[in-house]
Amino acid sequence: MAQQETYNYKVVRQFAVMTVIWGIVGMLVGVLIAAQMAWPVLNFDIPWLTFSRLRPLHTNAVIFAFGGSALFATSYYVVQRTCHVRLFSDGLAAFTFWGWQLIIVLAAVSLPLGITSSKEYAELEWPIDLLITLVWVAYAVVFFGTLIKRRVSHIYVANWFYWAFILTIAVLHVFNNLEVPVSWTKSYSIYAGVQDAMVQWWYGHNAVGFFLTAGFLGIMYYFIPKQAERPVYSYRLSVVHFWALAFTYIWAGPHHLHYTALPDWTQSLGMVFSLILLAPSWGGMINGIMTLSGAWQKLRTDPILKFLIVSVSFYGMSTFEGPMMSIKTVNALSHYTDWTIGHVHSGALGWVGMVSIGAMYFLIPRLFGRPIFSVKLIETHFWISTIGIVLYISSMWIAGVMQGLMWRAVNTDGTLTYSFVESVQAMHPFYIVRTLGGLFFLSGMLLMAYNLWKTIKGSKPVVAAIPAPAAAH
Amino acid sequence: MSDFTSNFWSWFIVVPVVAGIIAMFVLNRWMTEPRRKETEKPKSMGHVWDEDLQELNNPLPRWWLNMFYITLVFGIGYLALYPGLGTFGGILGWTEKGQYEKEIAAADKQFNPLYEKYLKEDLKLLAANPEALKTGERLFVNYCTVCHGSDAGGGPGFPSLRDDDWLYGGDPQIIKASIMNGRTGAMPAWGAVLGPDGVANAAEYVLSLSGRSVNDTAAAAGKEKFQQLCVACHGADGKGNPAMGAPNLTDNVWLYGGSKKTIMETIDKGRSGRMPAHAEFLGEAKVHVLAAYVYSLSHPVEGDRGEKR
Repeated sequence: MAQQETYNYKVVRQFAVMTVIWGIVGMLVGVLIAAQMAWPVLNFDIPWLTFSRLRPLHTNAVIFAFGGSALFATSYYVVQRTCHVRLFSDGLAAFTFWGWQLIIVLAAVSLPLGITSSKEYAELEWPIDLLITLVWVAYAVVFFGTLIKRRVSHIYVANWFYWAFILTIAVLHVFNNLEVPVSWTKSYSIYAGVQDAMVQWWYGHNAVGFFLTAGFLGIMYYFIPKQAERPVYSYRLSVVHFWALAFTYIWAGPHHLHYTALPDWTQSLGMVFSLILLAPSWGGMINGIMTLSGAWQKLRTDPILKFLIVSVSFYGMSTFEGPMMSIKTVNALSHYTDWTIGHVHSGALGWVGMVSIGAMYFLIPRLFGRPIFSVKLIETHFWISTIGIVLYISSMWIAGVMQGLMWRAVNTDGTLTYSFVESVQAMHPFYIVRTLGGLFFLSGMLLMAYNLWKTIKGSKPVVAAIPAPAAAH
Repeated sequence: MSDFTSNFWSWFIVVPVVAGIIAMFVLNRWMTEPRRKETEKPKSMGHVWDEDLQELNNPLPRWWLNMFYITLVFGIGYLALYPGLGTFGGILGWTEKGQYEKEIAAADKQFNPLYEKYLKEDLKLLAANPEALKTGERLFVNYCTVCHGSDAGGGPGFPSLRDDDWLYGGDPQIIKASIMNGRTGAMPAWGAVLGPDGVANAAEYVLSLSGRSVNDTAAAAGKEKFQQLCVACHGADGKGNPAMGAPNLTDNVWLYGGSKKTIMETIDKGRSGRMPAHAEFLGEAKVHVLAAYVYSLSHPVEGDRGEKR
């Protein structure tokens, strides 16, 4: 070859920077709506700032803008580096970047305006849904195209998880958003009643299972061994937990609809497979944490590794909590309470947030060819976000269990002991602590932005040559 | 089970479930290797990616594998006992509806005697029974406060239940009937008939009925319209008609607000109020206790005002 081939770092850089920016935006909205729960006056009587409109903005921003950008950035980086080839198409990759950013901006405008299909985590209206489909197909083409032209025979485990995520999300997105448009800004789902609810939660839980889990396991499988400079713990464990996870997650959705009009058999299957999901999930956790065996001392000095390893610990914790909450008897207490919100955030802040943050601290200095500005600030960021998560989830546990118990307390005359508003009133202190937890986590993100800004300011983009694959032995 | 339109769909569920669980057993067995000696080092898979990425091939942790098997066996057991495998309803014959009916039956058995006892008592006497009032208050805060407020003071469109001013009459039996069967209040819209000036004049006259100072010319013009259009429900003297829930316009108590602007809006666009029926939802016995409680709000025992009626 006349000229040395290089990796496409440009699109990775773009997505990496946007990960941090959208993270801050999404979490800022989160802190605002958390504060609104404690002090409702903070919606200022402005329709665009009400909880009902900002909540979907928060979830969409953190899941799809922050999490999505992290997945694009890392998957493009990982698939190139572990296949030893440049991305399949620079043009399509650029299209996914600008397309995805356009989708995020459209979401940020349409959701506060109250334009919504009212499906949780799929609130965006049909024109935006079509755009998402288009960008996603381009993403799949770039990713699979790169995999196909790889220069190593074996596909690295991180890429299994990325492709499972890309493929499944495509199917989920299309089938959940089948809708009949009545105008540019309004459409109606083609499903009705309990079937609509079931399709919604088949989508909703697998958005967790494949977007927020499989995709981020891909991140884990590359960045932990890289940062720890240790081999992955067990290949056979990764095989078992990958296939078991992919098969089992798809069935878990009905646990969101326990004790509803959903048929009994569907609820049972949702519960059974959610319980079976415990081991496949923990397989990932074991593989992440045990990769560090023989290098435990690195945890003391390396804050990036702290982020990565603690994220996997939170992953283990919330994937234990999830199956427990899917048991119908437990769910009868926890359903509709803030316990669910706490559970989601131990996964979202602890697992998804921290593994993305760790990956970005790894990536960005490499993409801009500069050492990180301050390792100490990463350390501070780590502790500040850990404290934030603990405040958040413990307050929501207490609040949730309290709500569940208050709602079911009965007097000797058979009447309910507490009116609903009394349970709302009892939540006030916990909502304040939750807001504080969110504020801690957001502050950490601001520190990160400052640290990375100082790192990349005035730097020249790195052009990385593709090394020859190591000879198989 | 009616969830399945044909046996095909039942098997469509059963086959992947059973095959999936079996496949996970097989996968686990296949990937399990005989226990190694402690001293033996884990083997590398021999692949290298991105310069230094490698994989070891440690065995599946025994405790993890056992946990996996336990959940799989639990799953099989659960699906044998409870509905899950298509049309097979499970050995226990459990259904969600059955559980609900059982719990309701148990609660009815436990609590019904108390309410049956109250049902036999006269409402006015019950309204002086502190135990019954406690129960009534608990029912009220759960079922009524959303509209009538936790202090029963009402709000725009929702009547106060404390002021002894009643749209349909304040007899405890009538209160009970309101809760049992609900009420539908309908004030027609007169804007099209009266025109903007007519609405303003009529409002002026309505204001004069409760002794508010008004523009006499306008009120006189409004009175003319009132005599034609409003008397059918509100009566010639504007004192209303409890038989149809037409409010008394002379007592300065306003359901939707007493400002001239609001009254004009009421005349112009009309109003429709709805008190939902609770007979089916709560049952007569609980409604009986609620009616006594609501009655007691404007007839406290201390003042002994219950004798007035």
